[in-house]
Amino acid sequence: MIEREYYYIVLGMGFVTFIPRLLPVYFLSGRTLPRWFIEWLDLIPAAVLSALLLPALVKTGTPGTFSLYSPGMIVAVPTFLVAVKTKSLGGTVVTGMGLYWLLDIIFK
Amino acid sequence: MSDKNNARGYLSAGLMASGPVCLGYIPIGIAFGVLAQKAGLSPLETGLMSLMVFAGSSQFIAISMLSAGAGAVSIIATTFVVNLRHLLMSSSLALFLGSSGRKKLFAFAYGITDESFAVNISKFKNGDWDINRALAVNFSANIMWILSTVAGGYGGQFIKPHSFGMDYALIAMFICLLVFQLKGRVYVFTALVGGISAVLLSLCLSGNSYIIIASVFAAGAGVFIKKIRR
Repeated sequence: MIEREYYYIVLGMGFVTFIPRLLPVYFLSGRTLPRWFIEWLDLIPAAVLSALLLPALVKTGTPGTFSLYSPGMIVAVPTFLVAVKTKSLGGTVVTGMGLYWLLDIIFK
Repeated sequence: MSDKNNARGYLSAGLMASGPVCLGYIPIGIAFGVLAQKAGLSPLETGLMSLMVFAGSSQFIAISMLSAGAGAVSIIATTFVVNLRHLLMSSSLALFLGSSGRKKLFAFAYGITDESFAVNISKFKNGDWDINRALAVNFSANIMWILSTVAGGYGGQFIKPHSFGMDYALIAMFICLLVFQLKGRVYVFTALVGGISAVLLSLCLSGNSYIIIASVFAAGAGVFIKKIRR
């Protein structure tokens, strides 16, 4: 299977991945943007992070099945509370990992 | 001398900030390396893909397509669609990169992943961040990703990456960085709309186009709410 084609594939993948990463920072940086657009971009992080996170917690497989009581979701609730209370990234990550590990040990 | 000190300062700030990302990349990287090895790639070829592409989920998809005998064009086209979401992340990062030179922008763009974006955007919004520190985050994450995938290729079946809850590091990180974004009702509203619509869309669409659609829609809804409340 590994032939020269692999290298073309990897090059092509790299190129098509790089372009959407590059164009906005390249063309939007330092520009004066309309206010509605800045407001929209300001909300993008909250939207994207939530859109990445929630499906990962309540869904298994693609397109997948919905389940509200996955181990990930059960751990997410206390982890979320720790994040809100402490505002500490390190503390939240350690808490989340610890609880997930604990759950894994208990229900093995 | 102060330049040297500055560089060291950027580097250590970036390395500190990228800790959770690096930790979270280890189990995923090893899992990817193992899969790639099973598909017949050498560790070097695995590392090459991690270096050239540096986008986890698209790499997993590419390996499964390679194993299934898919052609180059369809693999590359799929990669494009899967990674198009970075367009949104790059756009919102652009707000903070005003005075940066071209070379740095190119280097920075290469390292934009879901995870590095999440870390850097929350730092930038806090106001104590710049492109040098952000570059240090991107590159330490990049190096960790490459090393983990190569390690997986060399004997990943003997490594146990699923201990200590490491599988959960990135999820916990996203939870916390999302909390950092919730600085008012509009942000909470946007996050709820984004998350719920992403779940609904992901159940009926294949692939990950739901991320872009849900985010564009949710941020739009947020702007709209802001406007009518004004």
